[in-house]
This record gives sequence, C-alpha cells and structure tokens, in this order.
Amino acid sequence: MATTTANGLVDQDRASAGGRRGYWLTAAVILLALLPVLGGKTGLISNYGFLQLSLMIVYAIAVLGLILLTGFNGQISLGHGAFFAVGAYVAAVLIDQANWPYWATLPVAAAFCFLVGYLFGLPALRLEGHYLALATFALAVAVPQILKYRHFEWFTNGVQGINIFKPDPPFGLPLSADQWMYLVVLAVAVLMFWIARNLLDSRTGRALRAIRDHTMAASTMGINVAHYKTVVFGISALYTGVAGALHAIIFEFVAPDSFRFELSIAILVGAVVGGIASLPGAVIGGVFVQVIEKYADALTKKLTAAVNLPLDLEPWTIYGIALIVLMYTMPMGIAGGLALLWKRLKRS
Amino acid sequence: MQTNTTTRRLLLAGTGALALALAVSPASAQKNYDVGATDSEIKIGHTNPYSGNASAYGTIGKAIDAYFKMVNEQGGINGRKITFISYDDGYSPPKTVEMVRKLVEEDQVLFVFQTLGTPPNTAIQKYLNTKKVPQLFVATGASKWGHYKENPWTMGYQPDYVTEAIIYAKHILANVKDPKIGVLMQNDDYGKDYFNGFKQGLGKDADKLIVSHVTYEVTDPTVDSQIIQLKNSGANVFFNIATPKFAAQAIKKAGEIDWKPAQYLNNVAASVGAVIKPAGFEHAQGIITAAYLKDPTDPQWANAKDFLQWKAFMEKYYPTGNLADSNNVFGYSVATLMTIVLKQCGDDLTRANVMKQAANLKNVDLPMLLPGIKVNTSPTDFYPLQSVQLQKFQGEAWKLFGDVLSNESASN
Repeated sequence: MATTTANGLVDQDRASAGGRRGYWLTAAVILLALLPVLGGKTGLISNYGFLQLSLMIVYAIAVLGLILLTGFNGQISLGHGAFFAVGAYVAAVLIDQANWPYWATLPVAAAFCFLVGYLFGLPALRLEGHYLALATFALAVAVPQILKYRHFEWFTNGVQGINIFKPDPPFGLPLSADQWMYLVVLAVAVLMFWIARNLLDSRTGRALRAIRDHTMAASTMGINVAHYKTVVFGISALYTGVAGALHAIIFEFVAPDSFRFELSIAILVGAVVGGIASLPGAVIGGVFVQVIEKYADALTKKLTAAVNLPLDLEPWTIYGIALIVLMYTMPMGIAGGLALLWKRLKRS
Repeated sequence: MQTNTTTRRLLLAGTGALALALAVSPASAQKNYDVGATDSEIKIGHTNPYSGNASAYGTIGKAIDAYFKMVNEQGGINGRKITFISYDDGYSPPKTVEMVRKLVEEDQVLFVFQTLGTPPNTAIQKYLNTKKVPQLFVATGASKWGHYKENPWTMGYQPDYVTEAIIYAKHILANVKDPKIGVLMQNDDYGKDYFNGFKQGLGKDADKLIVSHVTYEVTDPTVDSQIIQLKNSGANVFFNIATPKFAAQAIKKAGEIDWKPAQYLNNVAASVGAVIKPAGFEHAQGIITAAYLKDPTDPQWANAKDFLQWKAFMEKYYPTGNLADSNNVFGYSVATLMTIVLKQCGDDLTRANVMKQAANLKNVDLPMLLPGIKVNTSPTDFYPLQSVQLQKFQGEAWKLFGDVLSNESASN
C-alpha cells in the first residue's frame, strides 16, 4: 500500500510539475513564434539574426539526435556530422536537380537518413564503446571525401558545392525569407522534440534506457537488444539528417567543406555541454554549437585587445577554457547543472 | 466634364511644380547614398583566408587594410573615411557564405571587395547578384568573373587563368622538344579553369601531350605523393597549378627527388617570399611564370618611383609585412584601384554607381604594374587586367623576358 501511495504521490507531483512546465514551455514557444513580428518588424533582429537563430534551432535538432543515441541508449557516435551531411545533400540535390519544393525534401531526407543510420547500426551492433566511436569517426571523415568523388560530381558538384535558393514566404505573408524559414524551422523543431519526448516516455523509451543501464539485464527481461539498438541508430540519424536538410535550405548552400569531421565533434560537444541525457540539454547544446563556433574566435580577439594581453592567443583559446570550466563545474552538462542548482536553492 | 478637366489641370500644375522642385533640389542635395555610405563614411566588406591551408594569402587582406588606413590618414576619399571590415573564411566556401551574409545584412556594407578564392567567390556570387550588391575586383582569375551579362554585379581584377594557361601552353610548344607534360592541379574551379585553358592552348594533341594529370584537395596536408607520381610518369614538363603552400611543397619535393622537368608555375603562386624561398632557391632555378606586377625582389625596380612609394608605405603602415612577398604588392595595387573607383563615384555612392564607375576605367595606370600594362574596363568588358609578361626565376629573383602578351578570351 505504502509504495502505491508513494508512487501515486510521486506521479501526482510529476504530473503537476509537468503541467506547470508544459505551461511555461508553451509560453516560450509562442514567444519564439512571435519573434518575427516582435523583433523583425521593430528592427531589433536583422535577417542575419534570424539566420543565426534558425541555425541554433537546427543544431538543437542535430544534438537531439545524438542525445537519443548516446544519452538514452548508451551508444557513442563521433560521426553524426556524416548524417547531417547526407540529409543536407538529399535536400540540396532534390531542390537543385529535380526542382522539388523545399518542404517535400524533408520527409525524403528523414527516410533516407533513417535507412542509412539503420544500416550503419547493423554492424555497429558488434562494436561497443570506443570501437563504435572509432567506426563512426571513420564515417565522419569519409563522407566529405565521398561527396567530392569524381563520379558523383554530376549531382554533388564536387568541392564547389551546390547553391540553392531560400523560398519566399507563401500566401504573400509580410515576412522576409529568413523570418519565414525561421518559423518553419521552429515548427519542425517543436514537432521533433514532441515526438522525442513521447518516444522516451513510452515502452520503447524505457527499453532504450534499460539497455543503456545494463544491456545483459535488459536482454534477460526480454528486450530485443539488437532490434532496439539498430532502430534507435536509425532514428538518431533521422533527426540529425532532418537538421542537415533544414541547414541546407536556410543556408542556401552546401559543400563538402561544411561537413568536415569538426562538425561531428561540435555536435558531440554540444550534447555533452548541454546535458547528454536531457531534452532541454539539446536546446542548450544547439545554442552552444552555434554561438561558440561563430563567436569564440571574435571573442578571443576582443578580449586580447581589451586587456592588452601581450600574448597572441589562438582563436580557439576561449573555447578550450570554456569547455574545461564547464566540465569541471557542471559535469552533467548545463541542463544538469541548472537542475542541481535549482534543487539546492529550493532546499535552502 | 468641367470638374474633370479642372482636376486634370490641377494635377498637371502639381506635377509641374513637383518636377520643378526635383529639378532645383539636386543643387543642394546631389548626394546619393545606398546603405553603407554616408557623408563621413564608406563601408567595405572583405573576406580572406587568415587561417588554414591558403593562409599565405592572408597578407593581402592586411596590406589592403594598411592601405585604407593610409588613405584615411590622408583625409579619406572625397572627405569620407573608409571602414574596411575583413573576416577570416579559411578558404572554406560555407564560411564565406556566412561571413558575406553578415557583411551585407548586419554590418551593412556598401559593397564587397577582393573576396579571395575561386570556390569562395563562386559560393557567394548568386547571393550578391540577387541582392544587387557589387562583388568587386575579386581575388581570383577565373574567367567567369568577367561574364557581365549573367552576373552584372561581379567583376574580377587580375588577368584570367585561361589566357595565362594558353600562354604557357604556347611557350611549351615553341620551346620544349618532344614535350611530355605532367600537371598538378588543385581540384576545384580554379584548377579546372587553368587546366581547360592549358588544354585549349595545346590544341588537338593535348591529351597525348599530357602524360599525367594529378590533383589535390585544398584540405590535404601535402602533395608529395602526387609529385612522385608525376616523376614516375616520365614527364619532362611540369605545370604547377597550385596555391602558395602546395606550390612550394611541389617545387621542393621535385627538387629533392631529383626530378628536373621544365617547370611552369601559375601566377597566383609566384610570390618569392611565400613560395620560392620556402621551396628553396636551388630547386626553383629556371621556373617560368607570367607576371603583371613588378616583383618586389627584382633588382631592376629598386629605384623605380612606385617601388620606393610601396616600400615607404610598407615600412610605415605595415611594418610586419614581408617585403619579398608579392602578395603585398598585389594588395597595394588593387586597393589603389578601389580608391580610384570610389573617387570617380564622387558623391553618388549608390551600389549601381559604384558598379558603373568600376566598368568605366580607361587606361588607368596603377603603381607596381609592369610597364605597358594598364587597367581598362567598359560596360561590356569586365576584365580589368588583360596582359602579362613571362618571367624566369634566376638566382634569387624573377627575370622578365619577351613581350607583354595580351588577353584573347576577354570577348568570351
């Protein structure tokens, strides 16, 4: 009896907390959706600003893909940049060669990346831990080279990449192309996060976590480990592939150089910094990937000039310092760190 | 009817007054601005590889920056100071796309100038032409920058690669007996442009004459294995289509493995400071390249007026710059041209007028151009420089020979 009550209480607590959280979440999404009107019309946010915001959301989706795989299923991947690239090229080639509308390329990129991820997941079953990390890393290194391959040049356009055009907003909406695509990206992201949350709250989600925590125990409980592992590899690739396709559309350009292995590392760092087993962590990770990549260099330069440092700092110095500090102070990622901080504040 | 004519009359009178007002006003407000230009400032955007494998070109951006600093110190252009915003793109097209969007949309520059590299410029060309932002005097010699009909907002600067390669091909046919040619090529539009021109110059036997054609990616660490491949093919002529770092590696490796072909080096890697010296003077003897600028290491210019001016400029505004690096001459000359165009714009600093004035240059003499070479453009000629002269490396400097040769593909 006692356990039931306790359980009931806990559930109730969670439900009400979830309700409150859901309320805040809805408010936040509405606010974000209103940004083109609030920020765009008043001139507070430039079109370039909206591109930056869209990129943050895109990276959040990519990081979410990796979090599903690594955070919730315990499989490490150093190669998610490869799925990102595949998604981007599927979208770009369909738009460029077959004149598809941009929105139609998203499901195709999703399906194609799921297939690629699933197939890659099959041999990955035999690899554990750091062996898997190496295999996926090889994938990340290989994909840009494959995109440059001479006999694929007729549709990949080799090292020169593919230029595509950002779609104009439909129905004569009074928005710029960047603002419109920002809304599209936001809508896709909300959908993807919603699906991910439901997936993790389901039987499948519990099976994934059981495999992560103790594979053998999970398999004794009757969970089909091989099946779940390959499927989650596919789903993870799907998420990152959709992010890649969105990236191609909002950026209007793809080239093998956009998807060097540094991108895979950036996605992994985003996941770890954000919080490897948390959905809000994916959002924080996405922001981190975009901000740090673009501004670490500029910030280092500004700081050097501001404090009159006699040294010539390398562009990535601030990035390195930020990472070390974060990992020491918030080993559970920023999402985990914030949650811990919140708990402590509540207790005191 | 009556009312109708009255209205019409009134309207006519109104328009007349308006026209009069318009006709009078220019006297007081002839100044015309697009974003990026004001009474006191002209904003210019720029990208350059300050890091990465093509970073030998980074010094061009620094030289241009120094030049505009000098211009500002001397009072600016028609009283306006130049704000030169330069970002590092690492010769990576996606990075260029992002930086150029930042320049146009956030920094709101009047135009983009001297963006470097064929792949980076290809990536931003469509965007800038749709936005009608001038992409002026790009730092690449691909022949496509002169296609004024398709891309009226883009213009090149240096002599185009196709012509340059044709000149090498003709020189080989005239001077090398039984040529067997090996080509090293950067695998992108820049390399292909040179290669296509080269084949065109060799004529119908091109495929027979070229015994080996190897490529590298700009992201590769070295080209050592490619050079060994070329040597093993038995080639006795080597056409080196590479950016500075790789060109130096190739010359050095060829020397080290004792491969002694007749060497032809593309002009974009002709810097003594950035290429020949690192490769080793002993490996570089007899290399032939085409030039349109005076090489700063050539002793025959030591007392030329423009050389002394350039040297004084370097010492005062860019003291850390390498005096043996022709890239610094390149930056200096192209920044001078930009200044001339902006002066010519007067107070009409719209994007359309900047483009119009850039396409209206008649026999402009830039400092450090070889004698006999001048800048010429027109609304149907978007190739500012079209002549080169061959030079051979001897001792520790380039030595010019032959006549100034002119462009043949300008009409393409």
